[in-house]
Amino acid sequence: MSSILTVTMPKWGLSMQEGKVNLWLKEVGDTIAPGEEIVEVESEKISGAVEAAVSGTLRRQIAQPDEVLPVGALLGVIADADVSDELIDDLVTRFQAEFVPPTDDEADDGPQTQTVQVNGRQLRYLKRGEGGTPLLLIHGFGGDLNNWLFNHEALAASRAVYAIDLPGHGASTKVTGAASLDDLADAVSGFMDAVGIASADVVGHSMGGGVCLALTRRAPQKVRSLTLIASAGMGSEINGAYIDGFVAGNTRNALKPLLAQLFSDAGLVTRQLIDDMLKFKRLEGVDAALATLAGGLFPGGRQSEVLAGIAAASGKPVLVIWGENDQIIPVAHASAIPSARVVVLPAQGHMVQMESASEVNKLIGEFTS
Amino acid sequence: MARKITYQQAINEALDQEMTRDPSVIVMGEDVAGGAGAPGEEDSWGGVLGVTKGLYAKHPGRVLDTPISESGYIGAAVGAACNGMRPVAELMFIDFMGVCFDQIFNQAAKFRYMFGGKAKTPVVIRAMYGAGFRAAAQHSQCLYNIFTHIPGLKVVLPSNPYDAKGLLIQSIRDNDPVIFLEHKALYTMEGDVPEESYIVPFGEAAVVQEGDDVTIVAFGRMVNYAKDAGASLRKKGVQCEIIDPRTTSPMDFDTILESVERTGRLVIVDESHPRCSMASDVSGFIAQEAFRALKAPIQMVTAPHVPVPFAASLEDLYIPSPARIEEAVMRVKEYR
Repeated sequence: MSSILTVTMPKWGLSMQEGKVNLWLKEVGDTIAPGEEIVEVESEKISGAVEAAVSGTLRRQIAQPDEVLPVGALLGVIADADVSDELIDDLVTRFQAEFVPPTDDEADDGPQTQTVQVNGRQLRYLKRGEGGTPLLLIHGFGGDLNNWLFNHEALAASRAVYAIDLPGHGASTKVTGAASLDDLADAVSGFMDAVGIASADVVGHSMGGGVCLALTRRAPQKVRSLTLIASAGMGSEINGAYIDGFVAGNTRNALKPLLAQLFSDAGLVTRQLIDDMLKFKRLEGVDAALATLAGGLFPGGRQSEVLAGIAAASGKPVLVIWGENDQIIPVAHASAIPSARVVVLPAQGHMVQMESASEVNKLIGEFTS
Repeated sequence: MARKITYQQAINEALDQEMTRDPSVIVMGEDVAGGAGAPGEEDSWGGVLGVTKGLYAKHPGRVLDTPISESGYIGAAVGAACNGMRPVAELMFIDFMGVCFDQIFNQAAKFRYMFGGKAKTPVVIRAMYGAGFRAAAQHSQCLYNIFTHIPGLKVVLPSNPYDAKGLLIQSIRDNDPVIFLEHKALYTMEGDVPEESYIVPFGEAAVVQEGDDVTIVAFGRMVNYAKDAGASLRKKGVQCEIIDPRTTSPMDFDTILESVERTGRLVIVDESHPRCSMASDVSGFIAQEAFRALKAPIQMVTAPHVPVPFAASLEDLYIPSPARIEEAVMRVKEYR
């Protein structure tokens, strides 16, 4: 039987309840392959594209640009070309009649973050999916598990995927300890022991990539493969002005131009994104934690440790992903590991896993399967 | 980690964390501990609405019940602040502030200036304000505009639990006298509040909602009414930018100016009377600084120039409503 599939308003992040339709990237009648971007949607925090889960033809654009709709609302319909219009209209009518927008309480029913104690430090993490080889997502300097907003669910379709807050970040303990990649790697290693992960495919962004490399040095048996996205530890250069400004910045106006350097599209830096960052930076202990980390990892605007050789020597499969226009860590570092598979995404910035989520998800999915 | 607690719990938590951190922080006021008639220390009242409940047992000797004499204990709090303590004095209803104007306006607010910068007065005066509780004309006023008028005072108006905790912690650590005002109707409001300690700085407005059509500046409880109006207007295709100044002294005029220069249309929502109000203050500022940007006359949505009525039906009419905000936005939006 031919399939009909609804495209609905996605839920990006735990707090998203509604989204605005920006524009359709596919027209009615266009053929669609899985993973292709269909429609652009904007939440309070960020905008992104809804991807197709199946192949087919876009048959209906129900939601109109600028329309604000609750999570789960009908955006469009994908079906094979031979499905009759009647059947599709029937489905739309039925969907609209039965659709009940989630209430505030139900919106909290999604996957919940958990915490675990590792060597006296509390770490927060979010687990999605079950089974398979576990995959671990490790964010960068000043980030948290929400940096994987557009990747986590897609990667967790048929396996368990864990995103963690490193010490000093997100909702984890604000004490960072020894301010070294090894210390952070030991925290990750301790986390894996605590939740019962013997080995995992590890994915790190920016400083998180450096943590993955350090983990490969400290506990090679725990690393099945490495995916390094705009990774630290691949060379000495780093944008020191960004690091210093980010550590010192405590107002919206100070942070805005800095955060804009992370993205290729500065419009992605919404007021909400900046406010969330400010809320994190104002927590007691965060300033000190970030300053300590920056002092240890990036003293004088240079990276203190280059660990690319460890990946090469380990013999583990390595995938390197970089944005061509990265303003934080130079794209030249992408070729630091000769044996690695390297993908440089054109016109992309440092937060390439957010801005090119579908491409990055596909690369990680293929690489770790 | 953030979890949902009420505005009232957020205030209690800020007091508790600061008392734990700094032994010079004390709480004083009428019935803030037990008060006459309370059955015992464990189940003491913690103020008329229970905001300070539990602090008495956790911080013995540092939660002080005072006589019903505002002029006496506000003066004592100001004096203690000059001598190394960080008192948080609770004045119950802001309406009672009249009997301590000398202590606040002439003493606390002036010491730093009069003593050539050698004196500091780190006192916080907390009080409830606002209508909607059927508490009649002597227990329902706003009055924040009066304190905003006095140089030397800082005035804080949190509109949600997150800001309440962060602003109160900043108030206690601040070295100047701070008037910290809590709307009675917000005590039960729930919101995400981090368990950890944090500060929200003074003089930095929150942009609650972004939009390019009309700027709404709202104060205290009115921020939430503006949000209701903004959500309804969004469905009608009108995008409002809603600004919550959070503190009226210092006041983040820059954020308001930046927004009005973009939208050209301004609505100000203030629960107090219209004359010499925050609404007229912001209105005067924008008329002077952004006259060329304005595409429509500024609209002030305020209570009328009358005492807060006791009759429930009249009190409901007295308080600015989301519907009135929406009407005002449409008036400036459609002005040609």
